Amino acid sequence: MAANQWWASESFWRKTAIWVTGGSFVALIFLTMDTIPQISSGSKRVPAYSVINHRIEYKFDETRHVQVPVIGAKEPLFGKELTEEEAEALVKLGKLTTQSKNCMNCHTLLGNGAYYAPDLTKSWLDQYWGTKEVREEQMLAFIKDPSDKVHNSMGRRMPKLEITDEEARGVVAFLKWMSSIDTNGFPYNFKSIEQEN
Amino acid sequence: MATLGMLDSANLNGGQKLAVKYFTVAIVLFGAQVLFGLLSGLQYLYPDFLYGVLDFSVNRMVHINALVVWLLYGFLGSVYWLLEEESQHEVVGLKLGNLIYWVLTAAVTVVVLVYLLVQIGPGKESSIWLINEGREYIEAPRWADIGIVVSVLVVFYNVAATFSKGRYTGIAGVLVLDMLALFGIYLAGMFYTTNISIDQYWWWWVIHLWVEATWEVMVACIMAYGLMKVLGVSRKIVETWLYIEVALMFGSGILGLGHHYFWIGTPEYWFSIGGFFSALEPIPLVAMVVHAVFDAGARHVKNNNHPAMAWLIAHAFGNFFGAGVWGFMHTLPQINLYTHGTQWSASHGHLAFFGAYATIIIAMFYLGVQRWRGGVWMSGDLPGNGWKWKWSLGLLNLGMIGMTVAMLISGYVQSQIERAIEGSSWTGYFAAQIHPWFVQGMWWREAFGVMFLVGFILLVWDLLTIGKGESRPMQVVVSHD
Repeated sequence: MAANQWWASESFWRKTAIWVTGGSFVALIFLTMDTIPQISSGSKRVPAYSVINHRIEYKFDETRHVQVPVIGAKEPLFGKELTEEEAEALVKLGKLTTQSKNCMNCHTLLGNGAYYAPDLTKSWLDQYWGTKEVREEQMLAFIKDPSDKVHNSMGRRMPKLEITDEEARGVVAFLKWMSSIDTNGFPYNFKSIEQEN
Repeated sequence: MATLGMLDSANLNGGQKLAVKYFTVAIVLFGAQVLFGLLSGLQYLYPDFLYGVLDFSVNRMVHINALVVWLLYGFLGSVYWLLEEESQHEVVGLKLGNLIYWVLTAAVTVVVLVYLLVQIGPGKESSIWLINEGREYIEAPRWADIGIVVSVLVVFYNVAATFSKGRYTGIAGVLVLDMLALFGIYLAGMFYTTNISIDQYWWWWVIHLWVEATWEVMVACIMAYGLMKVLGVSRKIVETWLYIEVALMFGSGILGLGHHYFWIGTPEYWFSIGGFFSALEPIPLVAMVVHAVFDAGARHVKNNNHPAMAWLIAHAFGNFFGAGVWGFMHTLPQINLYTHGTQWSASHGHLAFFGAYATIIIAMFYLGVQRWRGGVWMSGDLPGNGWKWKWSLGLLNLGMIGMTVAMLISGYVQSQIERAIEGSSWTGYFAAQIHPWFVQGMWWREAFGVMFLVGFILLVWDLLTIGKGESRPMQVVVSHD
């Protein structure tokens, strides 16, 4: 090895390693400082928790060429309008429930998790729930006891996870709020529930 | 000095004695990982199997957590293994190191028992503190998180203090800084937030920056040490390569983080950053293949530990294909839109973790067992022509490649039917899951999983018996320091 060449020397590469690592890390810090405000709740991409008081749709955006969530008219969850604090408390209960019941080791959320069960990112908008009139009741019943409901011909069934009424409402609130996040068009070509009046 | 052919801890230095303990737990957890992987794979085929007793969520959680923890044990063991030789100094704070080993192992046992017996809790923060956090890969309850940070911090202290009292080599410098990052980045995953976008943003710091940056640099250090020990490559060459690999790995890996920020709510500029830097991520892995294969060739594959050398080469290729090729295959946003969160991810995950990490730790196991038996002969001409290590090498690698390809085929079907055609709806998901091609992929995955298990059993058998009663001392490889 031509050890006397500058490009093959140990010290050149040591310095390069240090500068490249430091530079990348500094760039990451700056990008993080720019990204975090853009994904804080209440931002354009990640709406405030009180978005659960509104209708949410998933529509094709002609300029961005992706489907994006559209926040529509007032349509409070379970027919009751919540303040920002109440909405946050309910969504928090829902997310805590999804974590303590280990949902992510079967389902994916925002595409991350396991693949044994469907993605929950836009599940609030899924056609599976029939019509928007029966959706909330169906979701509550399903979350509380899914075990006797056949999901598919393979017999893959979600277990009953001792979820209380209030926790189930929280989970629905969390799912509704999550469906309002702008995920850059993921999942692609999603066919959402019929919501026209 | 040494008693050849007999397991005798008098053959080991202080750090190596501790390393053997770490390696032992690592192998046990490796076995648990394989077992729970087979159980969860079986549930794809027979969903009623253990339904309501050990559900898929539990089995899969144990499967992936055992993976993370056994690799961590493997790394910590490897670091203790090379510490005294590298620094030419006794491990500072060895007693504390031993104590922390027992504390960590007790904690891991409690966590696994809680996973299996308690499983879930109410939707309160107390569940996250005591049962599990419900966040893929870092499910460990918060109390255990704190324990892990303290443990890694103690190992970091031992390593840094030992090197600063003894010889401070190039490997030492990289290792110390890497361990600092190893415990520092873990902190990013240790809080609760209701905002799932922010939650996932930091979650990826732990998952990606650990796995695709600090762990890769950790294995580069171990590889450097391994090539010096097994092949006798000179330190100057090895350390120059190490710096090259660190530059390429951190240079591509830190901002390569962006490929996880496509769909979690983050701004669109991550498309370009993530796409560009993750396209660079395979380059350091190519460098590593060149490094290992060139050195082996330059020395006419003359080495003092055939199984370890074979696993080092398996690592170089496994890292390149699993992490590099299989990762790059679906890392660009145009493709990732369809493949993210499907069996493609599982396919990549399996080959990458095995190829990049499991392989090199197995190489360290062989280095360990050779020294533990007093530095026995482990070159050619082993009794039975070394059939056990050769078969286990073959079965583990073939089993893994088989699983990977099977899941990739299922992944193709899934991304076509569920994503492209059915638009990711609930019914689309199940339409893909019941498609015969998908199901066949899952069958092949399970079959190759069994092959992997056989390879694992052979590996354990071989590690327990190789060099037993061997009277020849190990071949000397000449290092030109």
